[in-house]
Amino acid sequence: MTEQEVYKLSEASRQKIVFLRGRYPSAKSAILPALHVVQEQFGFIPTEPMAEVAEMLDMLAGDVEQVVTFYRMYNQRQVGKFVVKVCDSISCYIRGSDDLIAQGEKKLGLKCGGTTSDGQLTLAKIECLAACGSAPVVQVNDEFIYNVTPEQFDAILEELKTAKENPYFVP
Amino acid sequence: MSVVNYNQDMVFPPPPPTKDPNFQHVLLKHREVPNLYNLDVYRQNGGYEGLGKALKEYQPDQVIDLMKQSGLRGRGGAGFPAGMKWSFIPKVAGPKYVCCNADESEPGTFSNHELIENNPHQLIEGILITCYAIGSELGFIYIRGEFARGARVLERAVEEARAAGLIGKNIMGTNFNCEIVVHRGAGAYICGEESALLESLEGKRGFPRLRPPFPAVAGLYARPTVINNSETLSNVPHILRNGIEWYGSFGTEKTKGFRVYCLSGHVERPGNYELPCGTTFRKLIYELGGGIWKNRSLKCLIPGGSSTPILAATDEVLDTPMDFEGIAARGSMQGSAGVIVFDDQTCIVGAVLRLVEFYKEESCGKCTPCREGTNWLVQILHRIEHGEGRPGDLDLLTDVGGNIAGKSFCLLGDSAPVPYNSALKLFREEFEYHIREGRCMVGPGAFRTKELAGAH
Repeated sequence: MTEQEVYKLSEASRQKIVFLRGRYPSAKSAILPALHVVQEQFGFIPTEPMAEVAEMLDMLAGDVEQVVTFYRMYNQRQVGKFVVKVCDSISCYIRGSDDLIAQGEKKLGLKCGGTTSDGQLTLAKIECLAACGSAPVVQVNDEFIYNVTPEQFDAILEELKTAKENPYFVP
Repeated sequence: MSVVNYNQDMVFPPPPPTKDPNFQHVLLKHREVPNLYNLDVYRQNGGYEGLGKALKEYQPDQVIDLMKQSGLRGRGGAGFPAGMKWSFIPKVAGPKYVCCNADESEPGTFSNHELIENNPHQLIEGILITCYAIGSELGFIYIRGEFARGARVLERAVEEARAAGLIGKNIMGTNFNCEIVVHRGAGAYICGEESALLESLEGKRGFPRLRPPFPAVAGLYARPTVINNSETLSNVPHILRNGIEWYGSFGTEKTKGFRVYCLSGHVERPGNYELPCGTTFRKLIYELGGGIWKNRSLKCLIPGGSSTPILAATDEVLDTPMDFEGIAARGSMQGSAGVIVFDDQTCIVGAVLRLVEFYKEESCGKCTPCREGTNWLVQILHRIEHGEGRPGDLDLLTDVGGNIAGKSFCLLGDSAPVPYNSALKLFREEFEYHIREGRCMVGPGAFRTKELAGAH
C-alpha cells in the first residue's frame, strides 16, 4: 500500500463529517469535531486528509492546518495506541504528579513524550484536566483515572502494555 | 479485572465523603438521587418544570427580569449578573445564539466536570430557558475536548430530550423551537475566554477578539450572543421552578444563591462542595475538608482558581466569607471558586513556577507581551528553582510581569504574573533564600546541597 491509500478518509468517517457539518449554520464550524473524527481513524492527523476535510467544509487546506497546529489534542504525528497523560498542573503537582511521571519514565524506559518501541504506549504530561479534587489524575487516551497512587500507576502501565481496548472507558 | 473498575452509575469525579448537614444539595442533587442523568429520573425530581413554567407563564422579557431580580451572578469568574447580560441582547430580527461555556480548564476548578457528567439535563434545561428568554433558537455547549465522557453524556441527554419533545420544534406544545449542539473543543485553555470561544466555534484558532463590539451585539457569526458558564446555566431551572425568594434566601447580600466550591491541594478531603455563597474558608477547609493533610499546618491558599492572588494563612482570611465582595476585600478574587490549599512544607518557588508554566503553555501566542513574557517568567523562575537564581532576578520578574499585564488582549496576560506577584508579597524571604542558598527554605528540597539542587 502506498502512503496515500493509507491516509484516505474512510467512508464512515466522511459520513460522520457530513452529519456534523449539517449541525452548524456554517460548515466551517464543524472543523474541530471533524478533526476528532480524522484522529479517531488514524490516531493522529496526517497531512493528506486535511485537504479532503477542507473541501468538505468549504475551507482552505491551510486553514485546516492552522487549526490542527493550534489545538493540543490533535496529534501531528503517530503516537502510541494508548497515550498515558499525567496532569502536572498545580493541584496534581502538589500531590505528587511529578513522581508519577518519573516513575513512568523509569518503568517504560523512555522520556516523557516518548513512545515504546512496540507503539503500544506513549507517556505524556498534560495541563489541568479539571479533576483537581482527585489529584493526581491521569488520562488514558480521553478517559479519566482519579486519585492515582504509585502502586496503581505501576499496575495501570503494566495492564496497558498488553491491553487491546481502553480498560478505563466509561460509556 | 482492571486496576480500577468504573461504571456509569458512579459519580465522576469522585465526590468527598462529607457534606454540610445544614445545606441540601441543589446543583449536586445527583449525589443523593442515583441515575439523575436519566431523563425520567430527572423529571420525577422536578426536572423541566422550570422550563414549563417559563414557556407557559412568562413572556421572554419577564424571564430576563426574573433573572435580574434573582441576583444570579456568573460563575465563570467575573461574577457579572446573568440577567443583566441577557438584557443586553438587542431586540432585532434574525438569529441569536446562546453559548454555554463548558471549557473548564482553570487550574483548581472542577465543578462543571461533575455537573456535566452527572446532571446533564439540568444544564440543557438552563440553556433552553436562556434561549427562550433572549429569543434564540440555537444553543451551543462548548465543552472542552478532554471531557470526552462529558460530551458523550450530554449528547445522549440531548437525544433523550429531543425524543421527549423538549428539544426541537414546538417544545412542550408551545411555539418555541430550539436546537442544542454539543461542540467538543480540542485542548486549549484560551477557548474558555468568551471571544476566543466564539472564534473556535466558528472554526478558527482560538484567538481572543478585540472588544467592542461585545458578544451581546456581535458574537457568534457576528450575531447577538449570550455566553454563560455551565454552572451559571445550571442554576437557571431551579430559579424558575422555586422562585426568586427561595433563591435569595441563600447567599449574601450581593452574591445570592449557592455555588460549587472546588477544594483541592493539601487537605484531607478534597472535592466539590456545594454551599451557600459566603461560607467561610475555615468551614470549607477545616470543617468539611477535614483540615490540612498529614497533620501539617496551612501555608497559604488560592481562593478562586490559579488566576486569583494567593492569600496568607491568617485568621482574618480564614474567616472571610467566600463571595465576590468578601474575597475582594482581602485583595484577591472569588474567580471560579477553585480553592487550592498549600501546606507548610510547600516550597513557594516551585509552586509559583508550576502555576506560571501553565500560562506559558496556554498562551495562545496572539499578543507578543503574553507569548514572550510568559516564556521569560518561566525561564527566570526555573533558574531560581534550580539553584541558579541571580541577584536582581526578583525585580526582573516584577518588571517582566508588569509588561504583560494590561498589555495583552485578554485576561490570560493579566493572570500570568498574578501567582508570582502575590507570592512575592507574602513570601519574599523564601524567594531570596532560594537565590542565595540555591535550595528551598522549606520542604524536602531544603536538605539539598547547592550542587545537587540543579538535578531536581
